[in-house]
Amino acid sequence: MGKILSGGQILMESLINEGVDTIFGYPGGAIMPTYDFLYDYRDRINHVLVRHEQGASHAAEGYARVSGKTGVCLVTSGPGVTNTVTGVADAMIDSTPIVVIAGQVGASLLGSDAFQEVDVVDMMQPVCKWAYQIRDAKDVAWAVSRAFYIASSGRPGPVVLDFAKNAQVEKAEYEPMKVNFIRSYIPVPETDEESIVNAARLINQAERPLVLVGQGVELGYATAELRAFIEKAGMPAGCTLLGLSALPSDHPLNVGMLGMHGSLGSNKMTQKCDLLIAVGMRFDDRITGKLSTYATQAKKIHFDIDPSEINKNVPVDVSVLGDCKTTLPAVTALLEKKEHKEWREAFRPYDEEENRVVIEPQIHPKEGPLRMGEVIRKVSELTQNKAVMVTDVGQNQMMSARYFKFTQCRSVVTSGGMGTMGYGLPAAIGATFGAPERTVCVFLGDGGLQMTIQELGTIMEQGAPVKIILLNNNYLGNVRQWQQLFFRRRYSFTPMLNPDYEKIAEAYNIPCATVIERKDLEAEIEKMVNTPGPYLLQCAIMEEDNVFPMCFPGHDVDDMVLKLED
Amino acid sequence: MMNDNIFASEMSGSSNVPENKISKFPVVNDGKTWYTLIIFSENLAGVLNQITNVFTRRQLNIESLNVSPSGFKGLHRYTVTCRSDFETMKKVVKQIEKKIDVVLARFYTEDHVYVMEQALYKIETSKLIADHDISKAIRKHEAKIVEVNATYSIVSIEGLPSDIVELRHILRDHGCMLQFVSSGIVAVTKSSHEELNSFLKVRKLQKEAITED
Repeated sequence: MGKILSGGQILMESLINEGVDTIFGYPGGAIMPTYDFLYDYRDRINHVLVRHEQGASHAAEGYARVSGKTGVCLVTSGPGVTNTVTGVADAMIDSTPIVVIAGQVGASLLGSDAFQEVDVVDMMQPVCKWAYQIRDAKDVAWAVSRAFYIASSGRPGPVVLDFAKNAQVEKAEYEPMKVNFIRSYIPVPETDEESIVNAARLINQAERPLVLVGQGVELGYATAELRAFIEKAGMPAGCTLLGLSALPSDHPLNVGMLGMHGSLGSNKMTQKCDLLIAVGMRFDDRITGKLSTYATQAKKIHFDIDPSEINKNVPVDVSVLGDCKTTLPAVTALLEKKEHKEWREAFRPYDEEENRVVIEPQIHPKEGPLRMGEVIRKVSELTQNKAVMVTDVGQNQMMSARYFKFTQCRSVVTSGGMGTMGYGLPAAIGATFGAPERTVCVFLGDGGLQMTIQELGTIMEQGAPVKIILLNNNYLGNVRQWQQLFFRRRYSFTPMLNPDYEKIAEAYNIPCATVIERKDLEAEIEKMVNTPGPYLLQCAIMEEDNVFPMCFPGHDVDDMVLKLED
Repeated sequence: MMNDNIFASEMSGSSNVPENKISKFPVVNDGKTWYTLIIFSENLAGVLNQITNVFTRRQLNIESLNVSPSGFKGLHRYTVTCRSDFETMKKVVKQIEKKIDVVLARFYTEDHVYVMEQALYKIETSKLIADHDISKAIRKHEAKIVEVNATYSIVSIEGLPSDIVELRHILRDHGCMLQFVSSGIVAVTKSSHEELNSFLKVRKLQKEAITED
């Protein structure tokens, strides 16, 4: 016989049973009973009070990304939960495990347009992995356990629990539960032995193989398996934005980021390889450019855990379904040892060209205003390339992806598929809780910072050691770049009048400095890194700088532009 | 199990109907094929919405939809017909099967399913009496007149979707139609292999294996 507890208490017990020690939330009417129970659990569950529910959802994402654990949000009904929709959708497209628990009006009021009632399950279903309404206290333990199983297994994703107020206060018997099987849900599809053999055969026959590394490698804890795979067959590998830290940046086989702002070599060679091997990535249009011409010369292998990703955008010759932690070694065992020296050598001229035309002027400019690339690379270096890189969205994100370096996995926290501005600051807060032993640096622009700037309050209250690097160019930089390139420099509502960020930081009691001159950059970054706790470093960067190389939307992926034509 | 074989008749070759055959579905010359989806889900709230969402996202029109309990306790069965192309259907069905509470989703061309539909036609009695072609057409389609009164008559039919549409066109052309309703298509597979049964058996064994661990 289990204990008789209220639904809200069962929620707390169930969360602890799932290993939850940190949650991000914001109280309100329909979740107040649960918050009242939470008050008694403060010694076991650390609740981080955010300043807006969107912040809670992104903080949970940041926490999940760096820790590998499921992030948890607790919010109220109505606007509380609608504010998390952006984070839920973001977590869905980026395969991030979070569980959002939202208050709901009592079951007797459902459907009556009661105060702060919104149809959460129907609203969330299209953007989450699973949504469920708990109307009865006796369902709580089952629903929570099912939620964590679904969120964290297979291809991870967000789950939403809509927790009716009556179910929070009514009592039921509590027995700890552990859901690890759902009849209708197969988290890891069976691997076809033949696909392993076929994949190995194609790789052994290939003369110019190119591996595309996605976040699936990190999600599957298969970074070592990936390295063994590419090293044995001597295969160059490019990374997607979310897969950047799945392979150390300086690994000799790493040929840089793929796609729109990726490296020149990886994109050029996508159109020259004879075999493309995608691992845990989904052929997003930001990676492929024009689909109809994308690597049509090459045979293709796709390793993925999600059957619906196979042949979704790019038809492949061999699909290896399953967990890459087991499928990669299975294929590796059948591979012939190769070097592919000539093929790897063929990347070099492109690397040299990119280095000369794009990279050097970004990271070692001789004159003019500060550039994003030099700031980012300096921060990376002065944190021994070991920090967690969080970004917002836009130029700051692409520049960070290009110039930050990674030596450890689970070091990239960025909004990939959704491109959610305002993600950076709250996600960085979450990351400090998910990886308390690591340095967390967030790069953001003046646009994205202001979208969730209220989370400076959370940073202040928690003393969260977020190193905020504000790349201030007084523009919505990425949109401005597109306006410059594709809209005849008509800067429609992209210039921004900015507030005095130093004063804002001061108001929140966050140490702050502004760098304008290049000569001050290194010392100021060092000061930031050496200052315990949060820090805001504002960098006045070149106003009309552009992210290059760039594959223009709809163009062939190897049609890369390296600089503006004069 | 969750491999690429969601199109159950894929192994048997062409997905198109031979030209000389009479189709079970109304002929629409838009280059698209009629597909029948058979989906099984757990009996939880909101699954239907999740299924129709997949169609909505791709701007695909659902031609007919029928939901009923299945032969298995606790499992619901959905029959959806849709006109599209093979590649799109494959993606749609995989995205449906991905939903947590969907047990199995498959799609078929008409050769591989036995389909049937019911319909009711409410027509004007005066025209039914005056125009013998109407009753001829009703007999020809093996429909039944189930009610006759001074103002209207009700015709009931149970048959192929193509017949039901044909009779609808005839009755409309004769200007006697007051109301028309059809039930939506129901279908069972013609295969001698019962995939759902095998699937549930395997899952039962897998569950037992996990519990024993």
